[in-house]
Amino acid sequence: MTADHGPGASAATGPANGPANGTASRANDPGIGARSGVARPTGEPRLTGAPATAALALGDDALVLSHRLAEWAGHAPVLEEEVALANIALDLLGQARLLLSLAGDEDELAYLREERAFRNVQLVEQPNGDFAVTIARQLYFSVHQELLYTRLAAGGGPFAAVAAKAVKEVAYHRDHAEQWTLRLGDGTEESHRRMSAAVNGLWRFTGELFQPLEGLGLDPAAPAAMEAEWLERIASVLGRATLSVPDGPRHGAWAAGAGRQGLHTEPFGRMLAEMQHLHRSHPGASW
Amino acid sequence: MTAAGTTAPAHAGAPTGAFGAAGPSGDASASHAESGAGRTADLATGPAADLQAGFEAEFEAAIAADERIEPRDWMPDDYRATLVRQMAQHAHSEIIGMQPEANWITRAPSLRRKAILMAKVQDEAGHGLYLYSAAETLGVSRGELLDKLHSGRQRYSSIFNYPSLTWADVGAIGWLVDGAAITNQVPLCRCSYGPYARAMVRVCKEESFHQRQGYELLLALSQGTEAQHAMAQDAVDRWWWPSLMMFGPPDAESAHSDRSMAWKIKRHSNDELRRRFVDICVPQAESLGLTLPDPALAWNEERGSHDFGPIDWQEFREVLRGNGPCNDRRLAQRRRAHEEGAWVREAAAAHAVRRGTAPHRQGATARPAAVPEPTVSAAVPAAAPGSGGGNDAEGTAI
Repeated sequence: MTADHGPGASAATGPANGPANGTASRANDPGIGARSGVARPTGEPRLTGAPATAALALGDDALVLSHRLAEWAGHAPVLEEEVALANIALDLLGQARLLLSLAGDEDELAYLREERAFRNVQLVEQPNGDFAVTIARQLYFSVHQELLYTRLAAGGGPFAAVAAKAVKEVAYHRDHAEQWTLRLGDGTEESHRRMSAAVNGLWRFTGELFQPLEGLGLDPAAPAAMEAEWLERIASVLGRATLSVPDGPRHGAWAAGAGRQGLHTEPFGRMLAEMQHLHRSHPGASW
Repeated sequence: MTAAGTTAPAHAGAPTGAFGAAGPSGDASASHAESGAGRTADLATGPAADLQAGFEAEFEAAIAADERIEPRDWMPDDYRATLVRQMAQHAHSEIIGMQPEANWITRAPSLRRKAILMAKVQDEAGHGLYLYSAAETLGVSRGELLDKLHSGRQRYSSIFNYPSLTWADVGAIGWLVDGAAITNQVPLCRCSYGPYARAMVRVCKEESFHQRQGYELLLALSQGTEAQHAMAQDAVDRWWWPSLMMFGPPDAESAHSDRSMAWKIKRHSNDELRRRFVDICVPQAESLGLTLPDPALAWNEERGSHDFGPIDWQEFREVLRGNGPCNDRRLAQRRRAHEEGAWVREAAAAHAVRRGTAPHRQGATARPAAVPEPTVSAAVPAAAPGSGGGNDAEGTAI
């Protein structure tokens, strides 16, 4: 990528220049593609029809949640979390790039669509709130992603390859979210209160995760089965964290659930305005 | 005091120039002098003194033989204090340095650039972690060092008090700021203190990668549209001089240089490294198609090096004093993150106690696990940003 740029840099400033060396810190990191800047699946055919729409929906989920997590950079409660949250955000961005590239040009799709054209679930666009809100959002989403990607990887459909790579990453994301749910739920009185408020507040955004999404190549019964398993696993984690399973609605008129149709919550437009501003200010430029 | 600024006599004494007012090392050398003069007779001549003299001789011999000093080795108090100061400052610079770049993550203009920038900011947090760990081998705790940062009693690099105003600044920071940092840090890979030297090997590898990416970002802008080219030039114009200041005050006014060089913590003088950096940057700027904002910049055939214009040391002093463009903002954000995260750290500590598990055993995943700080730090004392007394005057030669 940049191999013959930076004349003199390698000779004069360092004993160990070069992209290969730069990967040392995350040698075992599946998200490593982000460093080389090459995430696009070369040779994989572009999808059309329902699979392309599904790729867009899953890609938008990952893109938007990655963006939210990246907003934590420099604000995390402890340095280890600067590393962990950025790590998860990078994994998600890598997934987003693979998925969006299956549907079209990743940058056009990310930067030039308006709010009503985004297909992500509303859960991932929810603002970070305090650390408990971020963790509750991660818990709900990563358990869902692990269930989904495990099935997609095994199913041999159009997303099998992407899912096989992502499933290793989301297992780590889920573990991270579970560990923190336990620490915060079963920590201090204050952290219990915050974690409880967070799981309750986001509950109504979770039904949407299991709306059938055409084009994934899954069995029609899969969403219902995943939802049952998701509820079971969430109940188990919340129970161990001394938290109650929320009892508000997850489906229906008073629960959110229209992100897949391009109906989003109010903070989302502001998030997009920030994300797209620079790209839109220089039409046609390359970066 | 050195005449030309290039020779470095061992133990010339701590100069007290404009930058060398009252630093920890000033205190330390004062107390060293006192302890030498004011020692009671029996201590000066008894078996304890013999033992001490033996340790000192062994230490000096190890330094002379270019051996590494390790955490359990005896070392002079001043050597330990100097290293703590420098390593803490270095660690602080990594974590404060996340801010000007993180400022652009949410606005990065392509997904590829966004991924690169996120990875870079993550690396900086990782470097902060290595360096705090390395500093902890000297008997200080991360919590203690963070408290000193938050209360303005320890510094971070002056460079991070400048604002990142456009996307091109991300490139300029990579090319110039990381470039200057590498020029400073590569010799630290041979530093006499083992844990610091080893941390630097890892840090330098990653920094070199970042620098390349910054250069490549600027090149894309420079070769892009007219507006992009102008953006790149503007960023280089704003970051050039602050980058030269990263090497610290001129040799004649550098409070700690001579001693650090005698101890082989430092291997080259501030001015020497600064010249080396200028010589590296000039051809790179040319191949970028950008100019450096210094009309006095010219090749000096005789010295085989570039001449360059005078640095505005008044500005440097003001930034160190806390009066730079972003000092207040940087420290306030750092403190806010720490204070707003207190309940999270307390929860992790309480949970670990309840489970009877050390925090480090938690989250046992193969990847960087979420390990909370084992100790909950005390309330952060309020102090004016960057105005705490007793700061070192070395500036930013990290």
